[in-house]
Amino acid sequence: MSLVNFTSREITCKIVYYGPGRSGKTTNLHYVYGRVPESRRGRMVSLATQTDRTLFFDFLPIDLGQISGFATRFQLYTVPGQVYYNATRRLVLQGADGVVFVGDSQARQLDENLESLQNLQSNLLEHGVDVRTVPVVMQYNKQDLPRELILTPAELDDALNFRGVPSFAADALHGQGVFETLKAISELVLKRLAAGSAA
Amino acid sequence: MTSALNPKFTFETFVVGAANRLAVTAGRTVAENPGSAYNPLFIYSGSGLGKTHLLMAIGHSAKALAPQLNIEYLTLDEYVEAFHAAIAAGQGDAFRRRFQNVDALLVDDVQFLTNRKEMQAELLRLTEALQQAGHQIVLTSDRPPAEIADLDERLISRFSGGLVVDIGIPDYETRVAILRRKAEERGARFQPGVLEAAAGVEFPNVRELMGSLNRLVAYQAVNDTPINVEAARQVLGVAGSGEQGAGSSAPTAAPAPTGDEFSQFLTDVTTTVGKAVEAWRARVAEAVLRWEGEGYRTGRLERLLDQDTPAAVDEAIATYIHDVERLKTLEAEVAAFDPQAAGEKVFRDPERLAEAEAAAARVRDGAAPPPAPSAAFPLDTYAAGSANEVALSAARAVIDAPGKKYNPLVLVGKSGLGKTHLLNAIGLELSKKKGAIVACLSTQAFVDELIAAIDGNRVDWWRARYRRATALLLDDIHLLAGKDRTQEELFNLFNQLLDADRQLVFTAPAHPNTLQGLEERIVSRLEGGLVAEIGEPDRELRRDALERILSQHKVAAEPALLDYLADRPADSVRSLTGLVQRVTSAAAAQDQHVSAGLAREVLEGQPPAAARRTTGLRTSGLVVSSAGGVRSREKMVWDWPSAADRVIEDLR
Repeated sequence: MSLVNFTSREITCKIVYYGPGRSGKTTNLHYVYGRVPESRRGRMVSLATQTDRTLFFDFLPIDLGQISGFATRFQLYTVPGQVYYNATRRLVLQGADGVVFVGDSQARQLDENLESLQNLQSNLLEHGVDVRTVPVVMQYNKQDLPRELILTPAELDDALNFRGVPSFAADALHGQGVFETLKAISELVLKRLAAGSAA
Repeated sequence: MTSALNPKFTFETFVVGAANRLAVTAGRTVAENPGSAYNPLFIYSGSGLGKTHLLMAIGHSAKALAPQLNIEYLTLDEYVEAFHAAIAAGQGDAFRRRFQNVDALLVDDVQFLTNRKEMQAELLRLTEALQQAGHQIVLTSDRPPAEIADLDERLISRFSGGLVVDIGIPDYETRVAILRRKAEERGARFQPGVLEAAAGVEFPNVRELMGSLNRLVAYQAVNDTPINVEAARQVLGVAGSGEQGAGSSAPTAAPAPTGDEFSQFLTDVTTTVGKAVEAWRARVAEAVLRWEGEGYRTGRLERLLDQDTPAAVDEAIATYIHDVERLKTLEAEVAAFDPQAAGEKVFRDPERLAEAEAAAARVRDGAAPPPAPSAAFPLDTYAAGSANEVALSAARAVIDAPGKKYNPLVLVGKSGLGKTHLLNAIGLELSKKKGAIVACLSTQAFVDELIAAIDGNRVDWWRARYRRATALLLDDIHLLAGKDRTQEELFNLFNQLLDADRQLVFTAPAHPNTLQGLEERIVSRLEGGLVAEIGEPDRELRRDALERILSQHKVAAEPALLDYLADRPADSVRSLTGLVQRVTSAAAAQDQHVSAGLAREVLEGQPPAAARRTTGLRTSGLVVSSAGGVRSREKMVWDWPSAADRVIEDLR
């Protein structure tokens, strides 16, 4: 999938929210959805189970309008976090221009976070993509929980952020850190435009 | 001298919020108990936050509660002016008495006391007097008393001795309330969220807030659709500027940012894309957007985006723009000839410029100017006499000042008296003028052209062709009878040309109001100009005309021949032409010299009909004129002498 189509003058960014189950990926999308003017957003497609877990994936297209003469669109996806949906995750990850890793800040979820990160790495490899070449940002969600239950962003950075990518503390339910994260991944993705189009 | 209180500025119209609650409460108290509650009341705030409104509201309220009260509102400048005038008139004491007797003195903008020592002294005296008498003083300023530069200490202590309150910048909720109330006052309705968006901008004062409302109202008025939140942001110039309305000023807002995160995000992305997309690509893409928006095909520019380097991109864009400009010119040119053809796609595609040029050339050719007057009828061959002198002088007036003097000019007279000649002569003279496009044709041709245009679905083109004309000359207007559509078209054309001071000339066999089958609106317009009659030629005119006709036939005009022919009964120039033709053709057939004797023989003896029919010398003025498009059935008949003529000639 080409990020910048000069012929049709389109920029399309596919951003995938990745992370363990119940870490708040869909919540991120819902928050964004609520902030985007109706005229700019497509229908948010959410396939969820009866217990509100993401079964397949969420998809939120956002039309940013004409930017520098390019019709710019963002497509936000989430993957199902549960371990047994790996095939879906791999499918959604295909052609991603950037990945937001939504980690769960709760101390007891640290292992799930690590597992999901490894899963991300291996799934990217399946597509022949080195995780080191894909723009990734980390979001440590649920920072609004009581101090004793969660790890601080610094601790999480130590535990998860091996590559030192940009990381954000977030409370996706109330919107804190949501747009900061989106902005950071967008910048990383778009900065590859110049490099990508020159190649 | 004292300003009237603005009836709009009352407590009812004052929106109370956290920032001004204290000031309003103090103002109400003062209005209810003037002189006893807070005296003086000193209100200060930045510009446009409602000082004057509050001051006048106090005045209104006090007056409403106690109508007998003497209340004075004035600005400090007015006070100073009144004082100076009073001093100049030697009425200083009267001035002091006047103000000492007011029950409530409301002074606006006292910050202007700076550097006015004598006024400060005067005001100090007045304040003391009023306070002692238990009369109310309310003052406003843009800063607290202590900050008014160069203000007398005693005044500062006096002013500060009552109550000093300030009005702050309204918070978000107050701004929304203000906007809602003002919008309601103005009868403007907005979509939910629009006013909130406007209130989200932290304007430093209410006046600017009102300005933003004005902009929204104006924008909504010019656009039929209600403005939405996003458009409102754009109108107010806050799209993406990231001003967060409820941030600092609204402590009640949720801790998480609730401002326009999306706009902020959009701005960031725009900046990033701007940096990421090479400048030249952005230039090309923007050019594409622009010209696409104007309805031009942009394939040529779009292909530029596929190249890897910015080589010659700017030149390509410049060439493109140049081509588009050329297309615009062509389109405008074509539109003048044929509005329909101008709408063709070819004028919107710079890649098909050559085709567009060709199309324009075709239209240009197709739209050859409307039929011109026939060169066979120059003015100087028109024989003048008493019978046609009115018509001729009118014609000369028209030639001198087309469209100005006699418009329309209607030449009326029986057939064969030279109407067509005069019409064409006028046309010829008019076409000599610079830039003239003279349409001169018979009504029959006019009708036929319209029918062809309707048939070919090019009525627009046909209309445009005539609308360009600087003069329209129609021969035999009575032929319009019963042609409703042509009358309709002529009516419109008539009005347009007349409005543009273009000359109109018509010929008719009789006064327009006696013609059958013409619509009343056409008749009245024809009668509205000058109707000039051409009468039957007298002998002198006949002789004159014959001389010309003979010279056209290259026959020596012997006086005997002229006299003989001029005495022949002929009621029109055309019948004279017929006589000459018969004589000359007979002479040609018999190979004889044209003379009076021969003429007598031909005209009074047996007419050599066969010879005449075979000569082919159909040189009557009528047929020649058909070169210019004049060819009516009636006139074709005039190639032959009328049956009545022949009977008379036979009798002789």
